[in-house]
Amino acid sequence: MSLKKFADKIFSRAALRGIVAIVIFLIIWEIGARSEQLFGYRFPFLGLVPPPSDVLVSWAGLIGDPSYWQSWYMSFLRVFGGFIAAMLIGIPLGLFMAVNKTFYGMYFPTFEILRPIPPLAWVPASIIFWPTQELSIAFVTFLGAFYTIVINVLGGARSINKQFLQAAQSMGASQWDIFRRIVLPATLPSIVVGSAVGMGITWEVVVAAEMISGGGSSGGGAGGGLGFFIWSSYVGGSYEQIIVGMISIGIAGYLSSELLRQAGGLLTPWLKTR
Amino acid sequence: MTAVVEQRMAEPVNESVTKGSLRIDDVVKIYDPDGAAVMAVDHCSIDIPAGEICMIVGPSGCGKTTLLNAIAGFHDITSGSIHMDGELLCGPGQMQAEPGSDRIVVFQNGALFPWKTNLDNIAFGPMMAGKLSKSEIYEKARTMMADAGLSGTENNYPGEISSGLRRRVEIVRALMNDPKVLLFDEPYRALDSLTKSVMHEALLEIYYRNKVTIFFITHDLEEAIFLGHRLIIMSSRPCKPKKIVEVDIPHPRDYSVLTSARFREIMSEAKGVVHEEAQKAFDAGEKEG
Repeated sequence: MSLKKFADKIFSRAALRGIVAIVIFLIIWEIGARSEQLFGYRFPFLGLVPPPSDVLVSWAGLIGDPSYWQSWYMSFLRVFGGFIAAMLIGIPLGLFMAVNKTFYGMYFPTFEILRPIPPLAWVPASIIFWPTQELSIAFVTFLGAFYTIVINVLGGARSINKQFLQAAQSMGASQWDIFRRIVLPATLPSIVVGSAVGMGITWEVVVAAEMISGGGSSGGGAGGGLGFFIWSSYVGGSYEQIIVGMISIGIAGYLSSELLRQAGGLLTPWLKTR
Repeated sequence: MTAVVEQRMAEPVNESVTKGSLRIDDVVKIYDPDGAAVMAVDHCSIDIPAGEICMIVGPSGCGKTTLLNAIAGFHDITSGSIHMDGELLCGPGQMQAEPGSDRIVVFQNGALFPWKTNLDNIAFGPMMAGKLSKSEIYEKARTMMADAGLSGTENNYPGEISSGLRRRVEIVRALMNDPKVLLFDEPYRALDSLTKSVMHEALLEIYYRNKVTIFFITHDLEEAIFLGHRLIIMSSRPCKPKKIVEVDIPHPRDYSVLTSARFREIMSEAKGVVHEEAQKAFDAGEKEG
């Protein structure tokens, strides 16, 4: 991308609209949070929240703090650990269920009974089952992505246009060719969608799991992950840091989704044309 | 104008084509979902000489596609037999034909693989057959695309080109397999009439260059008469040949044929039969509803 194009992108109308909206939001928040000082009357809700300027100051103090970044690192590690495991097990499982009726008949009812159990309901059980807290958190994040990925892959692979299969068969494709060259690419868009949704769920789950289990094997404090960071800020009474933690999770989730979107775009170039 | 009218003798079918004759003999297909037997094809016999463009005309949902699927080997028949060049495709002992690259279907809604570029789509069949080297296949594919006016779209995905061009890509993909028979399942149904007329001429051009037999399903009479050597007008469900109309307009044809007197004569001859069947199909539909 040339510099000019880059500049055009930043100062495009859409980007400007976004920036203006964020600035207005921050101003309202700042005024609301300082309402008691400014008007002698505390606004409901906003009056209880620390103002964005204080949050920024608190954040600036944390930027140089390795334990803050350690929280990022731990949460990312758990999210991607659970997520990658969910992909490695979920994608083949979904595909296999789609192509093998016997296996589908055997496994799908069990799957459907387990699926509605929220991942967080697994927290106590998984703390008991797994030898370390780290593994139990990873297992719960894994569950968050797993069901969504399997359901999407299964749905995608089962709804392949039958005529693709017939055309390939007529042209002499073997069963393996049909799986590799037709079923797999035809299912890719569903895999990408399932992964994107699954990624969102893993962030929801990891934060809650970190709060409940007390931040994993390191026993809290540094290394507890962003969920534990928020929890300990709450316990420690630093409301600015709670907001910093929340925004950090927002940014982390956005970065993960963007990474996935980019990877998905590279894997399914034909969808860009639609 | 008179030249066309006077030439009453049907032009003999493309004589240089010696392969791809089809003999559909007393074929019956009964669908039996949940014990409610529905007859889709009723004792249907059609003989198609090699190299003919045979147009199967009938109202929507009359079971024409069932017949096509039986030839392609996508499903079985209940009784009867289908031979290609004297060899059994399906019949007693083997009620479902083996799908093969000698019979390629051009589908109603198109079945180009959206994740492959046009060039890769066209190369797919020969790549699967594995008889030629990759470079030979791609060279042939590029030449065929150029011949069909598809140069410049090699690296586009099917979703990036117009529906008319997509149809052309699909026909080229079919031809790359050196099929004996091309099976068309109302491929131009979704196209507007202007694009259609261009596609018809393009199809004939492809036909004149490639020696194939064409089994073409349609409910568009104008399309049927313009393209075909022969129209087999089918009765409404169950599907059975009702009337055969010879189109004795000589090939090669172009669009001027459409305004000829002979064309109009054949049209009025066929229209009565088709209308009657369409009315029957409509009435049957009314009753079901």
